[in-house]
Amino acid sequence: MYRYDQYDQAIVDARVAEFKDQVGRRLRNEITEDQFKPLRLMNGLYLQLHAYMLRVAIPYGTLSGTQMRMLAHIARKYDRDYGHFTTRQNIQYNWIKLEQFSDLLDDLSKVEMHAFQTSGNCIRNISSDQFAGAAADEVADPRPYAELLRQWSTLHPEFSFLPRKFKIAVIASDTDRAAIQLHDIGLQLYHNDAGVLGFRVWVGGGMGRTPILAKVVRDFIPVGQFLSYSEAILRVYNRYGRRDNIYKARIKILVSELGIDEFTRQVEEEWAGLAPLGLDAPQAEYDRIIAQFAPPAFDAAAPDTLDLSDPDFKLWVDQNVHAHKQPGYAIATISLKPKRGIPGDASSAQMDVIADLAEKYAHDEIRVTHSQNLVLAHAKKADLYALWQALDAVDLATPNLDLVTDIIACPGMDYCTLANARSIPIAQKIAAKFENSVAEQRDIGELKIKVSGCINGCGHHHAGHIGILGVDKKGEEAYQLLLGGSGAEDASLAKILGPGFDENGIVDAVDKLITFYRGARSGSDERFLDTYRRLGPAPFKEAVYGG
Amino acid sequence: MADNQDQQAVAGAPSPALDDAPALLRFRDDAPFESPIAPLADFLAGGNFAAVRIEPGEDARDLLPHLGRLKLVEIAFPKFRDGRGYSSAALLRQAGFTGEIRAAGDVLVDQLGFMRRVGFDSFAPNKPLDQKVVQATLDRYPHVYMKAADGRPPVWALRHG
Repeated sequence: MYRYDQYDQAIVDARVAEFKDQVGRRLRNEITEDQFKPLRLMNGLYLQLHAYMLRVAIPYGTLSGTQMRMLAHIARKYDRDYGHFTTRQNIQYNWIKLEQFSDLLDDLSKVEMHAFQTSGNCIRNISSDQFAGAAADEVADPRPYAELLRQWSTLHPEFSFLPRKFKIAVIASDTDRAAIQLHDIGLQLYHNDAGVLGFRVWVGGGMGRTPILAKVVRDFIPVGQFLSYSEAILRVYNRYGRRDNIYKARIKILVSELGIDEFTRQVEEEWAGLAPLGLDAPQAEYDRIIAQFAPPAFDAAAPDTLDLSDPDFKLWVDQNVHAHKQPGYAIATISLKPKRGIPGDASSAQMDVIADLAEKYAHDEIRVTHSQNLVLAHAKKADLYALWQALDAVDLATPNLDLVTDIIACPGMDYCTLANARSIPIAQKIAAKFENSVAEQRDIGELKIKVSGCINGCGHHHAGHIGILGVDKKGEEAYQLLLGGSGAEDASLAKILGPGFDENGIVDAVDKLITFYRGARSGSDERFLDTYRRLGPAPFKEAVYGG
Repeated sequence: MADNQDQQAVAGAPSPALDDAPALLRFRDDAPFESPIAPLADFLAGGNFAAVRIEPGEDARDLLPHLGRLKLVEIAFPKFRDGRGYSSAALLRQAGFTGEIRAAGDVLVDQLGFMRRVGFDSFAPNKPLDQKVVQATLDRYPHVYMKAADGRPPVWALRHG
């Protein structure tokens, strides 16, 4: 894992001091709320329905046990004993008091954490593959490049007042676990035909009210030049992104309006001017950062076998454990979607347990996933049973990864000022229909349900195999039903199936869809999404709305 | 211009505010330019101007053929949230412009650090800025992560000598 040196720490300390000063000037009325708002947003502080919401940055979703323990402490001391892991691999706290905020920032900075650029019209926290450094199919660990981006984008003087927020994701395998085609910039690391390591660069993906899949702006940029290339993209966006309409201000609209060819031409022209300026970090800096992500000291003698005689353990292994590139090791996903739970929530006590288990069994590393679960990426197979038992004791061993009850949901109208409808109760009601039978969930197979409480789409409904969008219909909460989305390497955008429903109606509709799918699928290997793609929407529509 | 000189310039008393003009905060040793500042259209139409003003939607690249005769480029910030002017200044410095680049309008103290880095060296804020806060803001960061027009070495340069 990356550890701060004196320079990183000095910058974080200065940033904390700066924000304390800004808060002080706001409290003394020396700056207006309008002037203060972008400053607090760039420090992760939103004003929500009931209180301030704080979003703490977890760069590329990786944290240590010590850091997780601090997140638990924050929840306990400043919030209501829980935190909410988000779809961009961060954590949010919903009940923060402004007068305690500077103490909270001090606590975070003690463990090399902060809340910078987790909101506001700037380059946001960089996201990545939760299996980085462990996945058998990656060409290299993508996180050193995410860290280079983190440093390059932190307090970038030219790009701190962009038309709108800007999200970058980095992966290093053909399997996309970070939804890069739904980001403003998506970067995929690969070796070109000459054996040189570089990135394929996608631009202009996004969800919200105008969902668009990203397009390739450059098929290959060597790793040594990707920061200056990113600077060129950001400069074109900063100069020409729309500022007349907040809903048309993301880079996806600029790319659509210019067309990818003209956008690419402008980026290349800009980059021709920037490339000679020496903006890219030198190889020594790449080497320094890569060294910090060196694989942990794996035990080469670790047995590569598992005793699966306990059927409950076997179920969890089958569903939540993935192959590791190192024999004798495995990748374990901790589901934050327990029965009757709130998707992505974890209590302080649970966070403490996860911290302990990471230190004891997983080389002191925890990852946050964009589907609001956690991962212990380096677990010895020989320790898995003990790990599972310890997780099970605190309700963290639900064997439902990627199944119908592994639902993404935004905070919705229970917390959010933007929401038109509640999301969490919808997710809970759908899950309640299936959560008592893991066998039934496994029979249904991979099914990604994603629920957003408004058109801004924080619950990724456009990328759901089944997407649900809460809307306001004449003062009543109503829910639209979308099908066929994917945020993976086979990315696609979900489309509305038909008229919307009330709360119970949407839950019944999902049930009908699943019943139809189980009868219509070509075989047990055909996922819901595949059946939908094969048959098209008509029979699904008939199943929900017909007779 | 070196950073320590900049800071001394801030610490010194800036020119007092005129009744009808905002206080000018300047980080240059040469004398302030007093002549009229032309709108971009007039400047490009061929007038004999040495100072020009560009608005957020205007292209700073239109000035590149004329940098040799320009002493001052004033970049307008009608709203502080509109960040296009940062790229305008960066482009001019990238092209080698060494004249004055002034940020004028809704210029707030919390933007000054960013503006100095992209190449602004004078400021005409609508409302006067508190000198102590200006000084604290500009002294805030001991290090920066990325290169910019101000020539400060990024931390990777410090790390690897």
